[in-house]
Amino acid sequence: MLRSALALLPSVLMFAGPAEANKVFVTNERSNNVTVLDSQSWEVIATFPAGNRPRGITISPDGKELYVCASDDDTVRVFDPETYKELHTLPSGPDPELFALDPSGNPLYIANEDDNLVTVVDVKTRQVLAEIPVGVEPEGVAVSPDAKTIINTSETTNMAHFINASTYEIEHNVRVDQRPRYAEFTADGKKLYVSSEIGGTVSVIDLTAPEPAIAKKIGFAVPGILPEWLQPVGVKATKDGSRVFVALGPANRVAVIDAAKDEVVEYLLVGQRVWQMAFTPGEEFLITTNGNSNDVSIIDVKEETVIRSIQVGEQPWGVVVAPN
Amino acid sequence: MSKLPLTLAVFWTAMLVSLPLRAMEVKAAVLRIDRVVGPPISRLDAPPDDLGFAGAMLGNEDNRTTGAFTDTDYTLKAQAVAPDKAAAALDALKAEGFNLITLIAEGETLKALSDRAGSEVLLLNAGARDETLRDVDCRANVLHVSPSRSMLSDSLIQFLMWKKWTRIFLIHGSHPEDTLLAENYRKSAAKFGAEIIEEREFVDTGGARRTDTGHVMVQKQIPVFTQNAEDHDVIIAADEAGVFAPYLPYHSWDPRPVAGSAGLRPLSWHAAQEAWGATQFQRRFEKLTGRSMREEDYQAWLAMRVIGEAVTQSGKTDPASVRAYALSPDFELAAFKGQKLTFRPWNGQLRQPILLTDGRVTVSVSPQDGYLHQHSPLDTLGIDAPETACHAFGG
Repeated sequence: MLRSALALLPSVLMFAGPAEANKVFVTNERSNNVTVLDSQSWEVIATFPAGNRPRGITISPDGKELYVCASDDDTVRVFDPETYKELHTLPSGPDPELFALDPSGNPLYIANEDDNLVTVVDVKTRQVLAEIPVGVEPEGVAVSPDAKTIINTSETTNMAHFINASTYEIEHNVRVDQRPRYAEFTADGKKLYVSSEIGGTVSVIDLTAPEPAIAKKIGFAVPGILPEWLQPVGVKATKDGSRVFVALGPANRVAVIDAAKDEVVEYLLVGQRVWQMAFTPGEEFLITTNGNSNDVSIIDVKEETVIRSIQVGEQPWGVVVAPN
Repeated sequence: MSKLPLTLAVFWTAMLVSLPLRAMEVKAAVLRIDRVVGPPISRLDAPPDDLGFAGAMLGNEDNRTTGAFTDTDYTLKAQAVAPDKAAAALDALKAEGFNLITLIAEGETLKALSDRAGSEVLLLNAGARDETLRDVDCRANVLHVSPSRSMLSDSLIQFLMWKKWTRIFLIHGSHPEDTLLAENYRKSAAKFGAEIIEEREFVDTGGARRTDTGHVMVQKQIPVFTQNAEDHDVIIAADEAGVFAPYLPYHSWDPRPVAGSAGLRPLSWHAAQEAWGATQFQRRFEKLTGRSMREEDYQAWLAMRVIGEAVTQSGKTDPASVRAYALSPDFELAAFKGQKLTFRPWNGQLRQPILLTDGRVTVSVSPQDGYLHQHSPLDTLGIDAPETACHAFGG
């Protein structure tokens, strides 16, 4: 599989258009470091220590600060994406795992699983602005494109909480299937996708009515794979609203969803225990972290094919690509 | 635990949001029947006073947090009584309006209480492992969140098959529960193709289980007891009564690994488990109780979460509705074991992966890869629908 994908590589790259070289940062949960890849050559260009058990990772819109949840250090570490030096840390509460940055670059919304809270941190003053009580084991965090709504998914309460970003009050709760992991808005803000790892579904929540409501639940089926292992985790939607990609964890597949119909059109074979994903800025490529095969897979978004895989550190978890 | 009520009270108020749902009230109880038993061989295994209750409390807190969003109030009453007070305690709980009752009791007591409780009560078995309670003696008003003995023995034998440690030296105790457990190991071995090469009974002669410098005698006694056994790959100890199994590792005549009631143990839960988000769950429990989680705690937590999920999803709180939803194909529960837990609708047993642990780390989790089943790999553990003698569930 891989060998044939590699053979195709040069031709695929030729048609991929004038993609710029961007740095791709991958957190390696077990080897306690971040691998840096070049998005044009797909070579590993650096590796730097990132604290204990780095998981969630994001970058400021200006590309100047890289944020890493160092889960076992109970802190968010901030790195310079050029020098890879640690600049400072942010208060996060215990065991930060996933977070989301306001589209303006501030503040940072962090899920604290131990305390059933979402912590709001000002990344400039490094102060905690608010702690918002949510359901049991908050996990996924997303900010709406208009920055007015924060979504948090709680893994044991099994809800998506809709939090008003100015008052920090919960305005709506939508029940989803077991162990909701990740929330992703469409670019137009009209839909929200929430993955339920144990429930095995992605809930499509319609945001056009006054009350958010589940419009559809997308299920998955791959011949030869036990339904138990079809566990949706990371979700990414293209800006043009045409496609949604869903990482299916231990099924080692990424589902491609036609976002017009919200139906699965393809399953792409990637590495083992595929977890989180990130697009390159022009959405030419989608990078997936594969925790059990210690690599990342690169998906050509337009062709909907896996073009190659690259070894990174041990148990890659999160990924972010530097902006242009 | 002492500071909890205040913080949580503030918490719930803060989270109350207007939802167009009617207010519901759920009254759940945990009844633990304490037999008089001697101290365990290892003082590390001494049961804490709040055994099981602490897990139920965490489950109740989880339900309450969710309940704040659904306008549902959950109350929990926990009570421990001696076996001769069990019937009266059940009657009193019923009179107080508790009709969702989690039981931590041995099999005979559970059976008697389920017959006494009647259909207006739903019992959740978070203790007894007996096969018969899920089989010929099953009752329609009992759901089993605790795994059965055969689920545990199947889990271990599947792992031994994967290791190709198929020649087993079975050593069982002399108590009735040990005999039952040994029978389950024989059946599991036959089911998966392992062989019981040799069997011996370790007779409980009574007396104190722990004495000063007792290890001196153990060091002489166990090698002799295990001498001249047929050639075997592994020793399995069936010692539910807790009389001898922890003495076997390092003392057996032949240098062989020990599994079962000591060494590599099949358990519903262990405090070292970290996979699938369990770390946060363990930490929430430890923060609430100041100790680590035991199997009974996990099982009582499961019982509360079964109730919580059924109430949240069905919008009903009466025992018949909770039972119906739990047994329906819609029910699913995430419980830190990597896949959803569901009930076997034909006998009310919760399907669940089983942890295999050496006491320090999780060694493996069963079912093992490759054990397939037309419905769910979890149904390779324990008795299956075609072989059941349970008919109380319409089967």
